[in-house]
Amino acid sequence: MSSKMQSSNNIAQARRTVQQLRIEASIERIKVSKASADLMHYCGEHAKYDPLLMGIPASENPFKDKKPCTIL
Amino acid sequence: MGELDVLKKEAETLKTQIETARKAVNDTTMEAASSGVAPAPRIQPKARRTLKGHTAKIYALYWALDNKLMVSGSQDGKLLVWDTHAGILANCVPLKSAWVMTVSFSPSAGLVASGGLDNMCTIVNISGEKPKTMRELDGHDGYVACSRFLSETSILTASGDQTCGLWDLETGKQKQSFLNHVGDCMCVALAEDQNTFISGACDSQAKLWDIRDGQCKQSFIGHTGDINAISYMPNGQAFITGSDDCTLRMFDMRADQEVMCYQNAQPTAGVTSLSLSLSGRLLFAGYDDFNCNIWDSLKGEKIGVLSGHDNRVSCTGIPSDGMCVSTGSWDSFLKIWN
Repeated sequence: MSSKMQSSNNIAQARRTVQQLRIEASIERIKVSKASADLMHYCGEHAKYDPLLMGIPASENPFKDKKPCTIL
Repeated sequence: MGELDVLKKEAETLKTQIETARKAVNDTTMEAASSGVAPAPRIQPKARRTLKGHTAKIYALYWALDNKLMVSGSQDGKLLVWDTHAGILANCVPLKSAWVMTVSFSPSAGLVASGGLDNMCTIVNISGEKPKTMRELDGHDGYVACSRFLSETSILTASGDQTCGLWDLETGKQKQSFLNHVGDCMCVALAEDQNTFISGACDSQAKLWDIRDGQCKQSFIGHTGDINAISYMPNGQAFITGSDDCTLRMFDMRADQEVMCYQNAQPTAGVTSLSLSLSGRLLFAGYDDFNCNIWDSLKGEKIGVLSGHDNRVSCTGIPSDGMCVSTGSWDSFLKIWN
Protein backbone atom coordinates (compact mmCIF):
# COMPACT_ATOMS: atom_id res chain seq x y z
CA MET A 1 0.00 0.00 0.00
CA SER A 2 1.43 3.44 -0.87
CA SER A 3 2.18 5.69 2.05
CA LYS A 4 -0.45 8.12 0.76
CA MET A 5 -3.13 5.41 0.92
CA GLN A 6 -1.88 4.32 4.35
CA SER A 7 -2.12 7.84 5.74
CA SER A 8 -5.57 8.45 4.25
CA ASN A 9 -6.71 5.13 5.81
CA ASN A 10 -5.37 6.29 9.16
CA ILE A 11 -7.25 9.57 8.82
CA ALA A 12 -10.47 7.79 7.83
CA GLN A 13 -10.09 5.50 10.86
CA ALA A 14 -9.39 8.47 13.16
CA ARG A 15 -12.48 10.27 11.82
CA ARG A 16 -14.62 7.21 12.56
CA THR A 17 -13.19 6.99 16.07
CA VAL A 18 -13.98 10.65 16.75
CA GLN A 19 -17.49 10.30 15.32
CA GLN A 20 -18.14 7.26 17.52
CA LEU A 21 -16.82 9.01 20.63
CA ARG A 22 -19.02 12.05 19.90
CA ILE A 23 -22.08 9.78 19.91
CA GLU A 24 -21.05 8.09 23.16
CA ALA A 25 -20.17 11.39 24.84
CA SER A 26 -23.53 12.98 24.00
CA ILE A 27 -25.86 10.75 26.05
CA GLU A 28 -27.72 11.89 29.16
CA ARG A 29 -26.63 10.07 32.32
CA ILE A 30 -28.56 9.52 35.55
CA LYS A 31 -27.03 9.20 39.00
CA VAL A 32 -25.93 5.76 40.20
CA SER A 33 -28.05 6.33 43.33
CA LYS A 34 -31.18 6.64 41.16
CA ALA A 35 -30.21 3.66 39.00
CA SER A 36 -29.62 1.57 42.15
CA ALA A 37 -32.89 2.68 43.74
CA ASP A 38 -34.87 1.76 40.62
CA LEU A 39 -33.23 -1.66 40.46
CA MET A 40 -33.81 -2.37 44.16
CA HIS A 41 -37.44 -1.34 43.75
CA TYR A 42 -37.88 -3.66 40.77
CA CYS A 43 -36.33 -6.64 42.55
CA GLY A 44 -38.42 -5.94 45.63
CA GLU A 45 -41.68 -5.74 43.67
CA HIS A 46 -40.99 -8.95 41.74
CA ALA A 47 -39.47 -11.06 44.52
CA LYS A 48 -42.74 -12.79 45.37
CA TYR A 49 -43.05 -14.03 41.77
CA ASP A 50 -39.52 -15.49 41.71
CA PRO A 51 -39.75 -19.28 42.30
CA LEU A 52 -36.01 -19.80 42.82
CA LEU A 53 -35.96 -17.04 45.45
CA MET A 54 -39.17 -18.01 47.24
CA GLY A 55 -38.83 -21.77 47.01
CA ILE A 56 -41.24 -24.07 45.19
CA PRO A 57 -43.73 -26.27 47.05
CA ALA A 58 -43.28 -29.92 46.04
CA SER A 59 -46.84 -30.08 44.70
CA GLU A 60 -46.06 -27.32 42.19
CA ASN A 61 -42.58 -28.45 41.20
CA PRO A 62 -42.53 -30.02 37.72
CA PHE A 63 -39.05 -31.38 38.47
CA LYS A 64 -39.73 -32.80 41.91
CA ASP A 65 -38.94 -36.43 41.15
CA LYS A 66 -35.22 -36.96 41.07
CA LYS A 67 -34.45 -39.38 38.30
CA PRO A 68 -31.56 -39.70 35.88
CA CYS A 69 -32.25 -39.81 32.14
CA THR A 70 -29.90 -42.10 30.26
CA ILE A 71 -29.77 -42.56 26.50
CA LEU A 72 -28.64 -46.05 25.67
CA MET B 1 -0.70 20.13 13.32
CA GLY B 2 -1.70 17.66 10.62
CA GLU B 3 -5.30 16.47 10.41
CA LEU B 4 -4.39 13.14 12.02
CA ASP B 5 -2.96 14.88 15.09
CA VAL B 6 -6.03 17.11 15.37
CA LEU B 7 -8.29 14.06 15.26
CA LYS B 8 -6.20 12.18 17.83
CA LYS B 9 -6.34 15.16 20.16
CA GLU B 10 -10.12 15.42 19.76
CA ALA B 11 -10.48 11.70 20.51
CA GLU B 12 -8.51 12.10 23.75
CA THR B 13 -10.62 15.11 24.73
CA LEU B 14 -13.84 13.16 24.12
CA LYS B 15 -12.61 10.19 26.17
CA THR B 16 -11.79 12.50 29.07
CA GLN B 17 -15.22 14.13 28.69
CA ILE B 18 -16.92 10.73 28.96
CA GLU B 19 -14.92 9.75 32.06
CA THR B 20 -15.67 13.08 33.71
CA ALA B 21 -19.39 12.74 32.96
CA ARG B 22 -19.42 9.21 34.42
CA LYS B 23 -17.65 10.36 37.59
CA ALA B 24 -20.11 13.23 37.95
CA VAL B 25 -23.03 10.78 38.38
CA ASN B 26 -21.04 8.27 40.43
CA ASP B 27 -22.54 9.45 43.74
CA THR B 28 -22.65 5.96 45.30
CA THR B 29 -22.12 2.25 44.57
CA MET B 30 -24.87 -0.36 44.23
CA GLU B 31 -23.31 -2.14 47.21
CA ALA B 32 -23.61 0.94 49.43
CA ALA B 33 -27.09 1.75 48.16
CA SER B 34 -28.33 -1.78 48.92
CA SER B 35 -26.87 -2.01 52.41
CA GLY B 36 -30.33 -1.51 53.87
CA VAL B 37 -31.93 -4.26 51.79
CA ALA B 38 -32.61 -7.53 53.63
CA PRO B 39 -30.18 -10.26 52.54
CA ALA B 40 -31.49 -12.80 50.04
CA PRO B 41 -32.25 -16.20 51.58
CA ARG B 42 -29.40 -18.72 51.49
CA ILE B 43 -30.83 -21.13 48.94
CA GLN B 44 -29.59 -24.64 48.29
CA PRO B 45 -31.20 -25.91 45.08
CA LYS B 46 -31.13 -29.66 44.55
CA ALA B 47 -30.18 -31.40 41.34
CA ARG B 48 -33.59 -32.70 40.16
CA ARG B 49 -32.54 -34.12 36.79
CA THR B 50 -29.28 -35.30 35.30
CA LEU B 51 -29.61 -35.55 31.53
CA LYS B 52 -27.17 -38.05 30.04
CA GLY B 53 -26.83 -38.52 26.31
CA HIS B 54 -24.00 -36.42 24.98
CA THR B 55 -20.65 -38.16 24.59
CA ALA B 56 -18.40 -35.11 24.59
CA LYS B 57 -18.13 -31.63 26.14
CA ILE B 58 -21.34 -29.60 26.20
CA TYR B 59 -20.83 -26.03 25.06
CA ALA B 60 -24.27 -24.48 24.95
CA LEU B 61 -27.87 -24.83 26.06
CA TYR B 62 -31.10 -22.87 25.52
CA TRP B 63 -34.63 -23.05 26.95
CA ALA B 64 -37.73 -22.94 24.76
CA LEU B 65 -40.45 -20.45 25.67
CA ASP B 66 -42.71 -23.36 26.72
CA ASN B 67 -40.42 -23.76 29.78
CA LYS B 68 -40.25 -27.50 29.13
CA LEU B 69 -38.05 -28.12 26.10
CA MET B 70 -34.35 -27.40 26.30
CA VAL B 71 -31.74 -27.84 23.56
CA SER B 72 -28.08 -28.60 24.22
CA GLY B 73 -25.10 -28.61 21.86
CA SER B 74 -21.98 -30.68 22.25
CA GLN B 75 -18.78 -31.29 20.40
CA ASP B 76 -20.02 -34.84 19.87
CA GLY B 77 -21.66 -33.23 16.83
CA LYS B 78 -25.25 -33.33 18.04
CA LEU B 79 -27.97 -31.02 19.25
CA LEU B 80 -30.21 -32.83 21.74
CA VAL B 81 -33.69 -31.54 22.50
CA TRP B 82 -34.91 -32.59 25.96
CA ASP B 83 -38.38 -32.78 27.48
CA THR B 84 -37.09 -31.71 30.86
CA HIS B 85 -40.32 -32.36 32.79
CA ALA B 86 -40.53 -35.99 31.70
CA GLY B 87 -36.74 -36.26 31.72
CA ILE B 88 -36.57 -37.79 28.24
CA LEU B 89 -35.00 -37.00 24.90
CA ALA B 90 -37.47 -35.36 22.48
CA ASN B 91 -35.30 -34.91 19.39
CA CYS B 92 -31.77 -35.35 18.08
CA VAL B 93 -30.23 -33.13 15.39
CA PRO B 94 -26.94 -34.33 13.90
CA LEU B 95 -24.65 -31.46 12.89
CA LYS B 96 -22.44 -31.19 9.80
CA SER B 97 -19.76 -29.57 11.94
CA ALA B 98 -19.09 -30.93 15.42
CA TRP B 99 -17.48 -27.70 16.62
CA VAL B 100 -20.56 -26.09 18.08
CA MET B 101 -20.34 -23.03 20.36
CA THR B 102 -23.94 -21.81 20.50
CA VAL B 103 -27.51 -23.11 20.28
CA SER B 104 -30.88 -21.42 20.44
CA PHE B 105 -34.58 -21.94 19.74
CA SER B 106 -36.82 -19.68 17.69
CA PRO B 107 -39.81 -18.33 19.66
CA SER B 108 -42.03 -21.22 18.41
CA ALA B 109 -39.23 -23.76 19.08
CA GLY B 110 -39.85 -25.04 15.55
CA LEU B 111 -36.37 -23.90 14.53
CA VAL B 112 -33.00 -24.39 16.20
CA ALA B 113 -29.89 -22.42 15.36
CA SER B 114 -26.35 -23.58 15.97
CA GLY B 115 -23.02 -21.97 15.22
CA GLY B 116 -19.35 -22.59 15.83
CA LEU B 117 -15.92 -23.02 14.29
CA ASP B 118 -17.38 -23.61 10.82
CA ASN B 119 -17.98 -19.80 10.74
CA MET B 120 -21.64 -20.42 9.93
CA CYS B 121 -24.96 -20.22 11.70
CA THR B 122 -27.07 -23.22 10.66
CA ILE B 123 -30.87 -23.11 10.97
CA VAL B 124 -32.66 -26.45 11.25
CA ASN B 125 -36.42 -26.98 11.15
CA ILE B 126 -37.29 -29.56 13.83
CA SER B 127 -41.08 -29.31 13.61
CA GLY B 128 -41.42 -32.08 11.03
CA GLU B 129 -40.87 -35.84 11.05
CA LYS B 130 -37.12 -35.44 10.60
CA PRO B 131 -34.87 -32.43 11.25
CA LYS B 132 -34.33 -30.48 8.03
CA THR B 133 -31.57 -27.91 7.48
CA MET B 134 -33.27 -24.73 6.32
CA ARG B 135 -30.44 -22.22 6.02
CA GLU B 136 -26.68 -22.02 6.35
CA LEU B 137 -25.83 -18.39 7.11
CA ASP B 138 -22.46 -17.89 5.56
CA GLY B 139 -20.72 -14.55 5.77
CA HIS B 140 -18.74 -14.28 8.96
CA ASP B 141 -14.95 -14.46 8.69
CA GLY B 142 -14.64 -16.06 12.09
CA TYR B 143 -16.40 -18.52 14.38
CA VAL B 144 -20.02 -17.93 15.41
CA ALA B 145 -19.93 -17.76 19.21
CA CYS B 146 -23.57 -16.82 19.89
CA SER B 147 -26.86 -16.69 18.00
CA ARG B 148 -30.25 -15.37 19.14
CA PHE B 149 -33.56 -15.39 17.20
CA LEU B 150 -35.57 -12.17 17.07
CA SER B 151 -38.42 -14.00 15.35
CA GLU B 152 -38.98 -17.02 13.08
CA THR B 153 -37.36 -15.02 10.23
CA SER B 154 -34.60 -12.99 11.85
CA ILE B 155 -31.50 -13.90 13.86
CA LEU B 156 -28.59 -12.07 15.51
CA THR B 157 -25.06 -13.54 15.57
CA ALA B 158 -21.83 -12.72 17.42
CA SER B 159 -18.57 -13.73 15.71
CA GLY B 160 -14.85 -14.21 16.19
CA ASP B 161 -14.47 -11.84 13.22
CA GLN B 162 -15.18 -9.01 15.74
CA THR B 163 -18.59 -8.23 14.30
CA CYS B 164 -22.21 -9.01 15.11
CA GLY B 165 -24.69 -9.63 12.32
CA LEU B 166 -28.45 -9.44 11.81
CA TRP B 167 -29.72 -11.99 9.27
CA ASP B 168 -32.91 -12.36 7.27
CA LEU B 169 -33.81 -16.05 7.25
CA GLU B 170 -36.10 -15.69 4.25
CA THR B 171 -33.20 -14.59 2.02
CA GLY B 172 -30.33 -16.06 4.02
CA LYS B 173 -28.53 -12.71 3.76
CA GLN B 174 -27.06 -10.37 6.35
CA LYS B 175 -29.31 -7.28 6.79
CA GLN B 176 -27.06 -5.31 9.10
CA SER B 177 -23.57 -5.63 10.50
CA PHE B 178 -22.36 -4.17 13.78
CA LEU B 179 -18.76 -2.99 13.72
CA ASN B 180 -16.94 -1.46 16.67
CA HIS B 181 -15.46 -4.24 18.83
CA VAL B 182 -11.72 -4.79 18.48
CA GLY B 183 -11.83 -8.36 19.76
CA ASP B 184 -13.80 -11.55 19.07
CA CYS B 185 -17.51 -11.07 19.84
CA MET B 186 -18.52 -13.80 22.27
CA CYS B 187 -22.10 -13.14 23.39
CA VAL B 188 -25.22 -11.08 22.74
CA ALA B 189 -28.54 -10.42 24.46
CA LEU B 190 -31.62 -8.82 22.92
CA ALA B 191 -33.66 -6.10 24.61
CA GLU B 192 -37.31 -7.00 25.09
CA ASP B 193 -38.50 -4.47 22.49
CA GLN B 194 -35.82 -5.76 20.08
CA ASN B 195 -34.77 -2.21 19.14
CA THR B 196 -31.40 -2.64 20.82
CA PHE B 197 -29.04 -5.37 21.93
CA ILE B 198 -25.89 -5.72 24.02
CA SER B 199 -22.70 -7.60 23.15
CA GLY B 200 -19.59 -8.78 25.03
CA ALA B 201 -16.21 -9.38 23.41
CA CYS B 202 -12.56 -10.33 23.88
CA ASP B 203 -11.66 -6.63 23.88
CA SER B 204 -13.05 -6.67 27.48
CA GLN B 205 -15.84 -4.28 26.51
CA ALA B 206 -19.60 -4.58 26.42
CA LYS B 207 -21.50 -2.46 23.90
CA LEU B 208 -25.08 -1.32 23.38
CA TRP B 209 -26.29 -1.23 19.74
CA ASP B 210 -29.23 0.13 17.76
CA ILE B 211 -30.45 -2.87 15.73
CA ARG B 212 -31.86 -0.93 12.80
CA ASP B 213 -29.05 1.47 11.98
CA GLY B 214 -26.14 -0.66 13.22
CA GLN B 215 -24.87 2.15 15.45
CA CYS B 216 -22.95 1.47 18.65
CA LYS B 217 -24.59 3.76 21.24
CA GLN B 218 -22.57 3.06 24.38
CA SER B 219 -19.37 1.22 25.35
CA PHE B 220 -18.87 -0.19 28.85
CA ILE B 221 -15.38 -0.68 30.26
CA GLY B 222 -14.26 -2.35 33.47
CA HIS B 223 -13.46 -5.96 32.70
CA THR B 224 -9.81 -6.92 32.22
CA GLY B 225 -10.40 -10.06 30.20
CA ASP B 226 -12.61 -11.67 27.55
CA ILE B 227 -16.33 -11.28 28.22
CA ASN B 228 -17.92 -14.72 27.74
CA ALA B 229 -21.50 -14.14 28.89
CA ILE B 230 -24.01 -11.31 29.01
CA SER B 231 -27.60 -10.99 30.19
CA TYR B 232 -30.09 -8.18 30.78
CA MET B 233 -31.46 -7.60 34.27
CA PRO B 234 -35.24 -8.09 34.00
CA ASN B 235 -35.85 -4.34 34.50
CA GLY B 236 -34.19 -3.86 31.11
CA GLN B 237 -32.02 -0.99 32.36
CA ALA B 238 -28.96 -2.88 33.54
CA PHE B 239 -27.05 -5.94 32.46
CA ILE B 240 -24.52 -8.38 33.88
CA THR B 241 -21.41 -9.75 32.18
CA GLY B 242 -19.10 -12.67 33.05
CA SER B 243 -15.44 -12.76 32.11
CA ASP B 244 -12.15 -14.64 31.96
CA ASP B 245 -10.97 -12.05 34.52
CA CYS B 246 -12.86 -14.20 37.09
CA THR B 247 -15.47 -11.53 37.83
CA LEU B 248 -19.01 -10.69 36.90
CA ARG B 249 -19.99 -7.05 36.67
CA MET B 250 -23.27 -5.17 36.56
CA PHE B 251 -23.47 -2.16 34.26
CA ASP B 252 -26.34 0.31 34.33
CA MET B 253 -27.18 1.74 30.91
CA ARG B 254 -28.70 5.01 32.14
CA ALA B 255 -25.72 5.70 34.46
CA ASP B 256 -23.45 4.56 31.62
CA GLN B 257 -21.03 2.66 33.93
CA GLU B 258 -20.19 -0.32 36.08
CA VAL B 259 -22.18 -0.34 39.32
CA MET B 260 -21.17 -3.66 40.90
CA CYS B 261 -18.40 -6.25 40.72
CA TYR B 262 -18.90 -9.87 41.87
CA GLN B 263 -15.55 -11.37 42.82
CA ASN B 264 -14.60 -14.41 44.87
CA ALA B 265 -12.16 -13.94 47.75
CA GLN B 266 -9.68 -16.12 45.84
CA PRO B 267 -10.48 -15.39 42.21
CA THR B 268 -8.90 -18.15 40.18
CA ALA B 269 -11.55 -19.37 37.77
CA GLY B 270 -12.95 -17.58 34.75
CA VAL B 271 -16.69 -17.11 34.34
CA THR B 272 -18.12 -19.03 31.38
CA SER B 273 -21.85 -18.39 31.68
CA LEU B 274 -24.54 -16.63 33.70
CA SER B 275 -28.32 -16.61 34.24
CA LEU B 276 -30.65 -14.41 36.27
CA SER B 277 -33.69 -15.52 38.25
CA LEU B 278 -37.08 -14.03 37.40
CA SER B 279 -36.85 -10.99 39.70
CA GLY B 280 -33.17 -10.52 38.90
CA ARG B 281 -32.18 -10.96 42.53
CA LEU B 282 -30.33 -14.25 42.07
CA LEU B 283 -27.35 -14.49 39.75
CA PHE B 284 -26.17 -17.99 38.77
CA ALA B 285 -22.67 -18.07 37.29
CA GLY B 286 -20.78 -21.01 35.80
CA TYR B 287 -17.02 -21.13 36.25
CA ASP B 288 -13.98 -22.98 34.90
CA ASP B 289 -13.50 -24.61 38.34
CA PHE B 290 -16.52 -26.91 37.86
CA ASN B 291 -18.85 -24.89 40.14
CA CYS B 292 -21.81 -22.66 39.66
CA ASN B 293 -21.92 -19.83 42.22
CA ILE B 294 -25.13 -18.15 43.33
CA TRP B 295 -24.80 -14.41 43.96
CA ASP B 296 -27.16 -11.85 45.50
CA SER B 297 -27.14 -9.45 42.54
CA LEU B 298 -28.04 -6.38 44.63
CA LYS B 299 -25.68 -6.85 47.58
CA GLY B 300 -22.80 -8.53 45.75
CA GLU B 301 -22.59 -11.43 48.21
CA LYS B 302 -22.13 -15.09 47.36
CA ILE B 303 -25.08 -16.98 48.84
CA GLY B 304 -24.77 -20.50 47.51
CA VAL B 305 -23.07 -22.98 45.23
CA LEU B 306 -24.34 -25.66 42.85
CA SER B 307 -21.79 -28.43 42.90
CA GLY B 308 -22.13 -31.69 41.10
CA HIS B 309 -20.32 -31.41 37.79
CA ASP B 310 -16.97 -33.13 37.26
CA ASN B 311 -15.67 -30.58 34.82
CA ARG B 312 -16.09 -26.96 33.73
CA VAL B 313 -19.65 -25.55 33.77
CA SER B 314 -19.84 -24.15 30.24
CA CYS B 315 -23.44 -22.97 30.08
CA THR B 316 -26.42 -22.15 32.26
CA GLY B 317 -30.02 -21.20 31.60
CA ILE B 318 -33.23 -20.29 33.38
CA PRO B 319 -36.56 -20.78 31.59
CA SER B 320 -38.97 -17.85 31.21
CA ASP B 321 -41.14 -19.06 34.14
CA GLY B 322 -38.09 -18.99 36.42
CA MET B 323 -38.85 -22.46 37.79
CA CYS B 324 -35.32 -23.89 37.71
CA VAL B 325 -31.75 -23.33 36.63
CA SER B 326 -30.00 -25.72 34.24
CA THR B 327 -26.26 -26.25 33.89
CA GLY B 328 -24.27 -27.88 31.11
CA SER B 329 -20.73 -29.10 31.49
CA TRP B 330 -17.61 -30.40 29.80
CA ASP B 331 -18.38 -33.59 31.77
CA SER B 332 -21.08 -34.18 29.06
CA PHE B 333 -24.03 -33.91 31.46
CA LEU B 334 -26.81 -31.40 31.98
CA LYS B 335 -28.37 -30.87 35.37
CA ILE B 336 -31.60 -29.17 36.38
CA TRP B 337 -31.76 -27.56 39.81
CA ASN B 338 -34.38 -25.94 42.02
